[in-house]
Amino acid sequence: MLKGSISHWRSQLTSGTITPTELVEELSRSMEESNPSINAYISWDKDAALAAAQQADLSLPLGGIPIAVKDNICISGTPTRCASKILDNFRAPYDATAITRLRAAGAIPFGRANMDEFAMGSFGKNSAYGATDNPAAPGHAPGGSSSGSAAAVAGGMAIAALGSDTGGSIRQPASHCGIVGMKPTYGRISRYGLVAFASSLDQIGPLTQNVEDSALLLNALCGHDEKDSTSSTEPTCDFTAGLGQSIRGARIGLPKEYLSEGNDPAVTAALELAVQKLTEQGAEIVEISLPHAEAVVAAYYIIACAEASSNLSRFDGIRYGHRAENTNGLDDLYSRSRAEGFGPEVKRRIILGTYVLSSGFYDAYYAKAQKVRALVAQDFSAAFEKVDFILGPVAPTPAPALEGSDMTPLQIYLADIYTIPANLAGLPGISVPCPVAEGTRPVGVQLLGKHFAEVDLLRVASALETALA
Amino acid sequence: MDTPSIDVAYIARLAKLALTPEETSRFSEDLNQVLRYVAQLEQWDTSEVEPMYHPLPVFDAVREDIPGTSLSNSAAVANAPAEEDGQFRVPKVVESAH
Repeated sequence: MLKGSISHWRSQLTSGTITPTELVEELSRSMEESNPSINAYISWDKDAALAAAQQADLSLPLGGIPIAVKDNICISGTPTRCASKILDNFRAPYDATAITRLRAAGAIPFGRANMDEFAMGSFGKNSAYGATDNPAAPGHAPGGSSSGSAAAVAGGMAIAALGSDTGGSIRQPASHCGIVGMKPTYGRISRYGLVAFASSLDQIGPLTQNVEDSALLLNALCGHDEKDSTSSTEPTCDFTAGLGQSIRGARIGLPKEYLSEGNDPAVTAALELAVQKLTEQGAEIVEISLPHAEAVVAAYYIIACAEASSNLSRFDGIRYGHRAENTNGLDDLYSRSRAEGFGPEVKRRIILGTYVLSSGFYDAYYAKAQKVRALVAQDFSAAFEKVDFILGPVAPTPAPALEGSDMTPLQIYLADIYTIPANLAGLPGISVPCPVAEGTRPVGVQLLGKHFAEVDLLRVASALETALA
Repeated sequence: MDTPSIDVAYIARLAKLALTPEETSRFSEDLNQVLRYVAQLEQWDTSEVEPMYHPLPVFDAVREDIPGTSLSNSAAVANAPAEEDGQFRVPKVVESAH
């Protein structure tokens, strides 16, 4: 098991204690030892990583640091399958902008992290390449959909990882695995080369061992990209600038709607501990209200599935991906290729999305959901008049067991209630792990910030992390 | 709204998904439960609200029109399930009348 953060390994590399090649070898050994039982990676190209390590420029900010990459982010020439059978033979023809930027900062893409198929799922069980175990709570789900990214970091098989977050898919697995996960403001990181699930909600972000590493990755990843028209032109900055700074006087809102009796006692305890630690650091905790908090799951699943049904229409068996054999005409080819390639949850969401967009139902579902989304965003605008940050749970419970915890799709969707709002409103959010007793499942707490206020959000997250240590 | 009910077989045809009878029946049950849940959106008054299709106001995002390189022909067809002469091979599109 490989231990140490990005800054730890950077100092080892720059001092010459270890070479980039040796670090990739160490990581490969750790991965080969642990992956058969964890299944965090579903493919990797050690030779490509070693070749990149040979060329590593240690003068760059992430020089020589291998990074695990979720299977829905394109890396040129490597399998990018979104953990779906429909892309079983697909190799990305180009690098996602996030990968181009990682390489430009000296980092080495290492291994494709397992995930829920097309990022649709909350526990990593919807992968066509098998479920992922939780290294921090063996026998339990690592969360999802960035299941492999979180498990690789938590299990010493990655120093840090990239994931994507459409409704909590970075923050929730980070919480379940006891690591840090961050979804930046919508538009901060280019989505070019991220296989689209729900384009108005998707955002790439880091899963890391600590807050500082998330800031270091944002430094490499953020910035406008002309290949993604939704990427922001907001100036980037040094995201480490607030780390270690005081949070005295910071006003942190605690939504009363989030203090639900339905939360697991461990989740409530983590939240209470965070409140105590932040108060000790001089922050002021203010009770706030998000009146539309209970509407978010309904609005989200309509919007996300509608966008997914449109985005996933590209998988038609013609230009790439699985094509059914012995088909009778074009329609049969489409319908059977898709039926054979997609797993059950992806089909379910395509059906729901097609339904809510279909003639006669569009206004009642899709337009209504987008209006409720506006109300949710207004709740946050009003809250951020009073406070600078919002504290809440990440998920109502810690990680469920991998076996024997079957839930209906609706029950699974409802567990996204605390992470969805940041996606609907485009806000940055970060999950910070709380200490738990030996042998109990990890639990994190979530901090949300104003649009593009990542520097401030990371400052509070790092103060909380330090106070909890 | 009346108690919602989704005709999964019909929607699956629109979505180009050849579902098995078991899938059709299971998805009907799952999705009718989801639709009964999302019907709660009706309780929120949105008569004065504009739909929010995007989290941030981005308008007319266009880049400079500068010629550049794009995917080569061989890269563009490299993942095709059937390819011929650098083109995607597809079944006959114009079907004869029956």
